[in-house]
Amino acid sequence: MMNRIEKTFQQGKVFAAYLTAGDGTLNQQLEQIHALIAGGVNLLEIGIPFSDPIADGVVIQRAMQRSLAKNTTVFDALTLIKTLRIQTQIPIILFTYYNPILALSEQHILAQAQQAGVDGILIIDLPFFEAHDHLQTCAQLNLDPIMVIAPNTLPARLPEIIQHARGFLYYACRAGTTGVRQQLPNGVDEKLKQIKQVTDLPVIVGFGIASRAASRAAVAHAQGFVVGSYFIQAIENGASPEQLTALARQINPCED
Amino acid sequence: MTQPSSYYGKFGGQFLPELLIAPIQELTDAFEAIKRDPAFKQVLHEHLTTYAGRPTPLTEIKRFAAAVHGPRLFLKREDLLHTGAHKFNNAIGQCLLAKHLGKTRIIAETGAGQHGVATATACALLGLECVIYMGAVDMKRQGPNVARMRLLGAEVASVTLGSQTLKDAVNEALRDWAAHFATSHYCLGSALGPHPYPQMVGYFQEVIGRETKVQCLERFGQLPNSVIACVGGGSNAIGIFAPFLAEEKVALYGVEAGGKGPHTGEHAARFLSGSPGVLHGCYSYLLQDSFGQVADTHSISAGLDYPMVGPQHAQLFESDRVHYSSVQDDAVIAAFKLLAKTEGIIPALESSHALAFVCAEAHAWPRDYNVVINLSGRGDKDLPQLFEKKLLDDA
Repeated sequence: MMNRIEKTFQQGKVFAAYLTAGDGTLNQQLEQIHALIAGGVNLLEIGIPFSDPIADGVVIQRAMQRSLAKNTTVFDALTLIKTLRIQTQIPIILFTYYNPILALSEQHILAQAQQAGVDGILIIDLPFFEAHDHLQTCAQLNLDPIMVIAPNTLPARLPEIIQHARGFLYYACRAGTTGVRQQLPNGVDEKLKQIKQVTDLPVIVGFGIASRAASRAAVAHAQGFVVGSYFIQAIENGASPEQLTALARQINPCED
Repeated sequence: MTQPSSYYGKFGGQFLPELLIAPIQELTDAFEAIKRDPAFKQVLHEHLTTYAGRPTPLTEIKRFAAAVHGPRLFLKREDLLHTGAHKFNNAIGQCLLAKHLGKTRIIAETGAGQHGVATATACALLGLECVIYMGAVDMKRQGPNVARMRLLGAEVASVTLGSQTLKDAVNEALRDWAAHFATSHYCLGSALGPHPYPQMVGYFQEVIGRETKVQCLERFGQLPNSVIACVGGGSNAIGIFAPFLAEEKVALYGVEAGGKGPHTGEHAARFLSGSPGVLHGCYSYLLQDSFGQVADTHSISAGLDYPMVGPQHAQLFESDRVHYSSVQDDAVIAAFKLLAKTEGIIPALESSHALAFVCAEAHAWPRDYNVVINLSGRGDKDLPQLFEKKLLDDA
C-alpha cells in the first residue's frame, strides 16, 4: 500500500509549508493551515519550538520564542497534528531539533507522533552518523527519516546520507539559515543532478523560497519546494486566512 | 558510523546541521595535521613566548593562605598572560590554524569578553578580519572589554534575541559560520561544541598544566596534592588538569557557578541540577527543563554564565576523576576582595570561584599539602560592574 508521502509525490509537484507549532492558538493554526492548503500546499512540516534554533533565521527564531513564551511542548505539537489528521490526509513531517526529542525518551515520543498521524521526521541537527538509535526507532515505527543535503555536501558523502533516507530528501539550497529571499541561488540544478545519479527518491528544495520565480526554478529541477519564513512573517504581520491563501497562490508555480 | 574519537566516553559528538558538516570535517583534518607539524608548533611556541608572555609564573600566596587557615597555596598566573586571561592560548592557536587553512575572517562568541579580546588581539596581530558576537546583557556588564575589542579593530555584534548572553552569542556565531564557512573560521572559546573543538581547545590550553607540573617539581620537589579551577565551558580547567589526569594521587577540583541559589534559573552549576542533552553540537551535561528547552542561567560572572559544560568534564564527573562543586555569588565576591587585600592581585570573577572554594575548604586540608589554583584571569574588567552594583562599598 502506498503511504501518504509516496501518494502525494506521485500526484505531481509538492508544495510544502512549514509552521512552528504553538505560534498562535490551536484554532488559529488550524485555520492558517487549511488556508495554505486551499492555496495549493500539499505537504506540511510542523516544527517543535526550541530555545536555541541554530539553523533558523530571525523569522523562525521569533516564531519559536513566541511559541515557547506560551510553554508549547512537543505534546502540543502532536495535538495540532492529531486534530489535523482527523480533517485531512495531507502528509505531515515533524520538524525538530534533537534535544526536545532526546529529553523525553525518543522511542516514546516517536511512537506518539506516529499515532498522531506523523508520516516523517526531520531532525535538523542529527547527522546520520549520530542517528543510529533514531533510525532504528523510525524503522520500527514505519516513520520516514527525512535527510538533509546542503550545497557543500561532498559528492562522496551523498550515498552515505541517502542510504538512510526514506520518503524524500530535503535540499537546503543555500549557505546560512532559513529566511525570506527572492531568488534561488546558483548551482541548484548541478547539485540536484548529482543527487539524481545516486537515488530515485524525490527531492524538495528549501531555505529562503519566497517567490514564484524561486518556486518555479525549484520545480524545474526537483519534485517540490518548501516555504516557511515567508508564511510565518505574514502571520507575524497579522495576515488573515484569506490573505494566506492568496500568498500561497502567488508562490504556487502551478497557478497562472 | 559514529566517530568514536569524537567522544569522551558517551559525551561529545557532532550534532550539527548538514551545512556545517563539511566545514567541521575540514577543521578536524586541519587540526589532526597541525598536531603532527613541527613547523606549526614552533610558530605557536614563538608567539606564546615572545608575544604572550609564557611561561606564566607560579606564585605562592602566603598571606591569603594564612587568612583562610590553609596549607601552602600557589596561583598559576594566567592573569599575567597577554590580554589578561588564559583565553589567548586558544585564540592564537586557532587563529594560526585558520591562517593555515587560508581563512581571512574570524568569528567568535564571548561572554565576559575575555575570549573576544583574546581573539580580537590575535586577529590584529595576524591581520585577520574579526567579528565578535556578544549578548546585549553581557555587553552592558562587561563594558571595558567591548571598548577593548573595538580598539583592536574587531566588529562587536550585539545579540538581542533569546537570553542575550553567552549561549545566544554561540547561536549567532554558528549561524554566521553556516553562511560564511568558505572564508571564515569559527574560533570557539571553550572546550565545548562539536568535535574537534573540545579536543582542540584542550590541546591549546594544555600548556597551562604542562608548565604547572614543571614549576611544582622545581618549587617543592613533588606533584601538588590538589589542583583547583573554575568551570564554565571548562577550558582553563581542562588546560591545567590535563597533565595530572593520569596522576591518580593529585586530587582535582572543578568549581561551577552557584549563582544566587540552587533553584533552576538562579545558577550555572550543570552538575548540580543538569542532565545530559544536546546543545551547540555537543552531548553533555546541560541545564534544561523537562521538555528539553535550555534553561536560563545566572552567575555574577559572565564567563561562567553558560548552560552546558564541556564533554570531557561530563566524563570526568561520571568517572569521579574530578570532584565538582559550586560556590555562590556572595562567597565569590568575598574571595575576590580577600585576594586583592592579602596579595595585591585582583582576580577575575570567574577565577574567584576557585578561590571561594579554597576559602571554604582549605582549613580542613593537611598543613603539609601543596595546592595549586588556576588564576585564569584578572579582574579589571569586572570592576565597573561591581562598583555599579555597590558590591565593593565595604571593601
